[in-house]
Amino acid sequence: VSQLGAGTTNRPDNTAFDQQRLPAWQPVLSAGIVIPGFLLVGLAFIGIGVALFVTSRSIQVLENDYTGTGSSVHCSECVNPKTTPCTCQLNFSLSALFQGPVFLYYGLSNYFQNLWGDLSKSPSSSCAPYQYDQNTTIAPCGSVANSMFNDTFTLYQLVNATRKTVPLDGKGIAWWTDYNIKFRNPPEVDGSLAAAFNGTVKPVNWPKPVYDLDPTNPANNGFLNQDFLVWMRTAALPDFWKLYRRITEGEYASGLPAGNYTLEIQYNYPVANFAGRKSVIFSNTSWMGGKNQFLGIAYLVTGSLCVVMSAVMLIVYAKFNSPDEDF
Amino acid sequence: ATEPEKNNYAIWSLIKQGWRRKPEQEDKVRRLISNLPYEDLRRKYQPNRQYANNSIKTTKYTVWSFIPMNLFEQFHRFANVYFVVIAMLNFVPIVNAFEPGVALIPICVILILTAIKDAWEDFRRYQADKQLNNMPCSIYSRKEKDFVSKCWKDVRVGDFVKVVCNEVIPADILLLHSSDPNGVCHIETANLDGETNLKQRQIVRGFAAPDGSFQPEYFSSIIYCEKPSNNLNRFKGYLDKPDKKKIGFGKENLLLRGCTVRNTDEAAGIVVYAGHETKAMLNNKGPRYKRSKLERKVNTDVLFCVALLFIMCLIGALGYFIWLETFPDIPPFVPPDSNNNYISPALSGFYMFFTMVILLQVLIPISLYVSIELIKVGQIFFITNDIDLYDEETDSRIQCRALNITEDLGQIKYIFSDKTGTLTENKMVFRRCSVMGIEYCHRENAGSQRTGAYPAKQGTRPKGHPRGDASLPQGTPGRTQTPDPPHSRTQPSPLHHSTPIETDVAPDRRLLRVTCDEKTQIQEWCRVSHCNGSASFMDFFLALAICNTVVVSTAMLPRQRSLLKRMGSLSHIVNSFQSIPEKSSKSRSSLKDVKEEEAEDYSDSGSNNPSRRNSSASHHSEEERGTVSDPNGLCYEAESPDEAALVYAAKAYGFTLLARAPDRVTVRLPQGAVLSFEVLDTLAFDSTRKRMSVVVRHPITREVVIYTKGADSAIMELLDCHVQSERKKIASKTQRHLDLYASAGLRTLCIAKKVLSEQAYDDWASIRQEAESTIDNREELLMETAVHLETNLTLLGATGIEDRLQDDVPATIAALREAGIQVWVLTGDKNETAVNIAYSCRLFNQGDMVFTLNTDSRQCESILDCTLGEVRRYTAPSQSWSFQSIVGAVMPTESTGPTFGLVIEGRTLSMVFEAHLQMKLLELARHCRSVLCCRVTPLQKSAVVKLVRNKLKVMTLSIGDGANDVNMIQTADIGIGISGQEGMQAVMASDFAITHFKHLKKLLLVHGHWCYSRLAKMVIYFFYKNVMYVNLLFWYQFYCGFSGTAMIDYWLMIFFNLFFTSTPPIMFGIMDRDISAETLLGLPELYKTGQNSEFYKRATFWIVMLDAFYQSLVCFFIPYWTYQGSDIDIFTFGTPMNTVSLFTILLHLAIEIKSWTAIHWGFMVGSVLLYFIVALIFSAICINCNPPSNPYWIMENQMADPVFYLVCIITTVVALLPRYIIRVLQGTLALSPLVQARKLDRLSTEARDQQIKNWKSQRSPSEVPTNLVSPVDSFSNSFEQSFYNSSLEREMPDMQWDSNEETQNTFSKGHRRSISTMTV
Repeated sequence: VSQLGAGTTNRPDNTAFDQQRLPAWQPVLSAGIVIPGFLLVGLAFIGIGVALFVTSRSIQVLENDYTGTGSSVHCSECVNPKTTPCTCQLNFSLSALFQGPVFLYYGLSNYFQNLWGDLSKSPSSSCAPYQYDQNTTIAPCGSVANSMFNDTFTLYQLVNATRKTVPLDGKGIAWWTDYNIKFRNPPEVDGSLAAAFNGTVKPVNWPKPVYDLDPTNPANNGFLNQDFLVWMRTAALPDFWKLYRRITEGEYASGLPAGNYTLEIQYNYPVANFAGRKSVIFSNTSWMGGKNQFLGIAYLVTGSLCVVMSAVMLIVYAKFNSPDEDF
Repeated sequence: ATEPEKNNYAIWSLIKQGWRRKPEQEDKVRRLISNLPYEDLRRKYQPNRQYANNSIKTTKYTVWSFIPMNLFEQFHRFANVYFVVIAMLNFVPIVNAFEPGVALIPICVILILTAIKDAWEDFRRYQADKQLNNMPCSIYSRKEKDFVSKCWKDVRVGDFVKVVCNEVIPADILLLHSSDPNGVCHIETANLDGETNLKQRQIVRGFAAPDGSFQPEYFSSIIYCEKPSNNLNRFKGYLDKPDKKKIGFGKENLLLRGCTVRNTDEAAGIVVYAGHETKAMLNNKGPRYKRSKLERKVNTDVLFCVALLFIMCLIGALGYFIWLETFPDIPPFVPPDSNNNYISPALSGFYMFFTMVILLQVLIPISLYVSIELIKVGQIFFITNDIDLYDEETDSRIQCRALNITEDLGQIKYIFSDKTGTLTENKMVFRRCSVMGIEYCHRENAGSQRTGAYPAKQGTRPKGHPRGDASLPQGTPGRTQTPDPPHSRTQPSPLHHSTPIETDVAPDRRLLRVTCDEKTQIQEWCRVSHCNGSASFMDFFLALAICNTVVVSTAMLPRQRSLLKRMGSLSHIVNSFQSIPEKSSKSRSSLKDVKEEEAEDYSDSGSNNPSRRNSSASHHSEEERGTVSDPNGLCYEAESPDEAALVYAAKAYGFTLLARAPDRVTVRLPQGAVLSFEVLDTLAFDSTRKRMSVVVRHPITREVVIYTKGADSAIMELLDCHVQSERKKIASKTQRHLDLYASAGLRTLCIAKKVLSEQAYDDWASIRQEAESTIDNREELLMETAVHLETNLTLLGATGIEDRLQDDVPATIAALREAGIQVWVLTGDKNETAVNIAYSCRLFNQGDMVFTLNTDSRQCESILDCTLGEVRRYTAPSQSWSFQSIVGAVMPTESTGPTFGLVIEGRTLSMVFEAHLQMKLLELARHCRSVLCCRVTPLQKSAVVKLVRNKLKVMTLSIGDGANDVNMIQTADIGIGISGQEGMQAVMASDFAITHFKHLKKLLLVHGHWCYSRLAKMVIYFFYKNVMYVNLLFWYQFYCGFSGTAMIDYWLMIFFNLFFTSTPPIMFGIMDRDISAETLLGLPELYKTGQNSEFYKRATFWIVMLDAFYQSLVCFFIPYWTYQGSDIDIFTFGTPMNTVSLFTILLHLAIEIKSWTAIHWGFMVGSVLLYFIVALIFSAICINCNPPSNPYWIMENQMADPVFYLVCIITTVVALLPRYIIRVLQGTLALSPLVQARKLDRLSTEARDQQIKNWKSQRSPSEVPTNLVSPVDSFSNSFEQSFYNSSLEREMPDMQWDSNEETQNTFSKGHRRSISTMTV
């Protein structure tokens, strides 16, 4: 009889959800349970740490500061901004083979490229104040482009007192997506890129217009210039590297053999007014990228900590083990 | 052509009135006339157009005003304003950090969510309004010359409205017509003030038409009445008749909206107030907004966050300034403004402050507020869906009327409870009686009857019902049965139709046998007029039936008349003595019949009026109406429920009160004879005499008999002292019974009789008449005559009536007390009753020392001091032994650590408040386990609550069921109304409405704990989450020259808070179950964690802040050191950080989640998946957003890099390791009861129950000192008990007590008395 009004009753549904009786896993964290977990995680971390550390150690890095001020001895002749253009040389020798493929980076420090990030606040004015130069559009606009790094490097190996050019590969140093998707040149007019940029002016700080960045390779000009693309990928931190070239060709494909080298630097980019530093870096890479000792050490330390914790837990467990904890 | 003239005239008269009267006078009066002459005219010609019409609108918004009004209301909140200001800042070019449009997304989402919630709530109100507005009613139409059916919303002031029986009154109506020949109309005001007894309303003087017809067309008076007010008990006005005669009327002439017409076929009148101006609507204040304790705390912590934000922004601004200053020259990467000017570092620093505010705005957890609201909606969903809080009988769930104080339920420290109807059922049950010195225990009434009563209300009669005896009249009037569901839909309050008196009385078999035996003697007894011992049983029941002011319900009057007529024709003793037609032998086994019977009950009053029958019970045939004469349909309306209980008891033994008229009372005797007593006089009850009497002339013996009923103290002194020793023995036995009744918590009454000689009566009657005719001190004289008559009584017996405790009240109180909640009872009842109930519901325990403060003199203070000193002596632990001798002297069986109870009377309470002794009282009360305030007024109730709440700074809860509890319900932090017998008043004022006191246990111990722990943890987590995430951005500022740059794309940043990490905490806040309901109920002490706010203390906040700082440092610097000095770009650098913080934030929550259901898994895994999916899609499609360094293809690149995963793993582990270890240690050491309880939850049910028992046995001795009974004491205690029990058994072998505790109560009563005499 009571079911008669069941359809209209106000009775709550007697479901597990409504009554908050859903089956649940109720973990109670206690030493007994977590000891194996800690031990496992600790050992795994130590393993990873060792692997990382070993890998990282195998990576060779050769960094040379060529700012020319302070402790750096190279290129001091070019520090005076009046001496332009200025070319200086940086000599170094390798006692053993520098395992290839070798990457050549330039490094800037105390350089806040990420400051431009705040230009991204409003896209409408993302180029301001470097959008117009006397009412003519600047191409490429914006202050990142305007401050593009323009030192150039040439590497020679000294073989029997003769300078042998080490071929530097500038292709494909930018992100594939930047080169193929994100950046586009305006359509060429009459087969000329320069004509396409008609009506624009070069950025204030640039010596050459954008369509004339790489005179050696006409395809490497305009917005698709590899160096430009690399520069435009804003660095995260004030001390950063940017890839300049790769050494992948010919006899140097397997690395830089031992010997003396000269790096000829076209010193253009001023860093003195913000106490910045410039350097050039040779490095090879592994599966985990560039040299990085920290991650391996972090894993080792954390792994050891976990193992220690498991020991501590064991003591705690032995001392405070309650009889009803055997489940 | 006459209309404008009329209109002009009206204007002129108004102007004249305006000139003549003072404006404020005008304000006080409402003038209205009949609408009928103006029927069908346009609105502007309507005379009463300025008054509100009857359509109600409780909604806040309309479709059109919703958006502006809702926005306006939302912007009233501080948090939203903050957000809007931030959004505005974005549009200021110099400080903007994001794309302005993007910055608006969070505020829009929050505003929209809140708006949707508001709209939904408002829509529900709209639907309720619509339903009410479209309820049918009858309005008189001049055209139709009759009442036509219309909707409630069509009713206007000045309309004539007819209401029929059981119909709800649509507006406040001045009663002008009633179908009742006496011009009365009965209404039930339960919806308004909670009183279920019927109230009489009278038609306005001079409107009683002799032929019973009502013609509104001829109503031409002008009505002047007062302006609308919310005072239900005040209404005054007068009618200005065309002949310049004024007729006054008052509240007895007003039918109030929301009330139900009862026992009157139809009534009609003119509407004086309609819609929102009715008293009912003016009393209905709508939902209440309270701010919970937790929310207040949250607000202060939000201020801390604001301070933190300020500091961080200041650091940012200063940092930027200093950073700029370090450069000797302007570096190439610092761009000039758009006009190629460089602004000074100081000014840029100033601007940077605001940029920082925008960047770090998330630190202020704005979405916290909307999350809290959503969580509370979810929590309320679960509370209202709890099947344990559902009441089968009334088909009602718990109602949550206040939406935002669920977590306060978990922090209650003091409960203030009403007694009648809250602790007790407010159903008077005839439990015991003592007749001629012999005790009759009505054992069936104690418990078994209850189980029988519920199924009966479902419409069936159980086969094994104790009332199966066919020779007995059935004791169930049809109206105690619940109506069939369709009825309950159309009629809003049929449930109030049942009386609060337990109408089923199962007679005691022994007593029944005695009375049955006497049945054979009855004829003889009736003829031979003498009063010997055997007749005393008859007298006893006759006294029960006659000696009262019970009115046989007027609903049955039509029946009664026809009944008596038929009886008259059958009579063989003229006028007085006749047999009753046998009860209809119709089979009632089928449900259909029962239902029809019920339905008939609703239409019964209309049964003589065929014109109305089709409206309510059209399916009834003539033949079915024949059952109307069933005498079991009698209902009794009594001023006090005790009286009705006595009448029902008499009825159970066959002495049925059939009718009561001012001069005559008719009783049917067990064998069917009907006696009609002439009532010579009624000496009404007053509090000084504490008794009432009726003087009747016996129809057969023609003797003048006085039946007296009253308190034992009042009656026992008046007994005839010149009687034989047998009588004295009876009296002493009865006295003993009475003492036992009282100690068992029963309301006791003595019944006595006196036969008066004709001469003596005549003498007295003349004095009485004289007294009645005097004008000066008439009351005193009348009382004097009454006292004069009530002497030399013969004791007939005594009764014990139980106001039965609700189910599980003692257990609930015990559990609440175990949970650390102090329970106070505030009642308007008198001392003895209240104390007895307090004992039976274990508010006071048998071992308690109970102090009674009962004085209205100025010594109040000294008494308080004295009591306080007494209490301190016992509680001072070092002295407890030294005072042992004194303790022993006062109460030999007392244990070493006594607990105290305090009884305080309303008078004393007012003295305390007058003399500013509140603090002393509180000091005393804090030493007491329980406090009982009796004879307190509603205002005092709220004053007590306010005192405790404000002075002790604790969370209070008030629970009550009646209109007298409204004050205290509104004063307390949480007000709980018990819906049930006493109507809606308390419920309307309450925050939560439950049906039984026992529901409080689960509501507080389980839902309170859950709601509080969930919300507190969620809030803490929310603060953590924001601080942790924002700090990531802050640390980055040290590496970007404090330029306000973010290394995370702003879309992902906004999504992070809005989508990726928002739902898990909400789910956590709604669904996490730290401890199962069973364990929480089993171990009430777990509630104390909530009381002490252990989940959310100031320290908790700062600890979690520290943790957030630590975690953000880890989440920033591990990726930083990993990528330091590489060619990484800004968003590639930010992506692992974002991912790591997502993992850390979610896994942090995972550590806090105590029970993982499928839903938890779903939300957690879903959030992670959502993050990766959105991030992947976003970085795949976002080719040109956020230039120059845009997030295009970043996520894809990162996910192809093993270092990304390595960084994610190690960072998450390092970030969470400390918290995890601390939680593990907590779980291992299990110092807090919560952890221990959680471990219990993992056991099987049986093992858990066993553990809970162990737990309780371990803890209770140390925590509850009352159970520390020294061996000697316990021995003497038990010895005393056994002695007492045996002596009881020796003396009264008939007497069987239900349990030991009742005898123990007598002990404590002994203690109490000794203490009381000491202090008062």
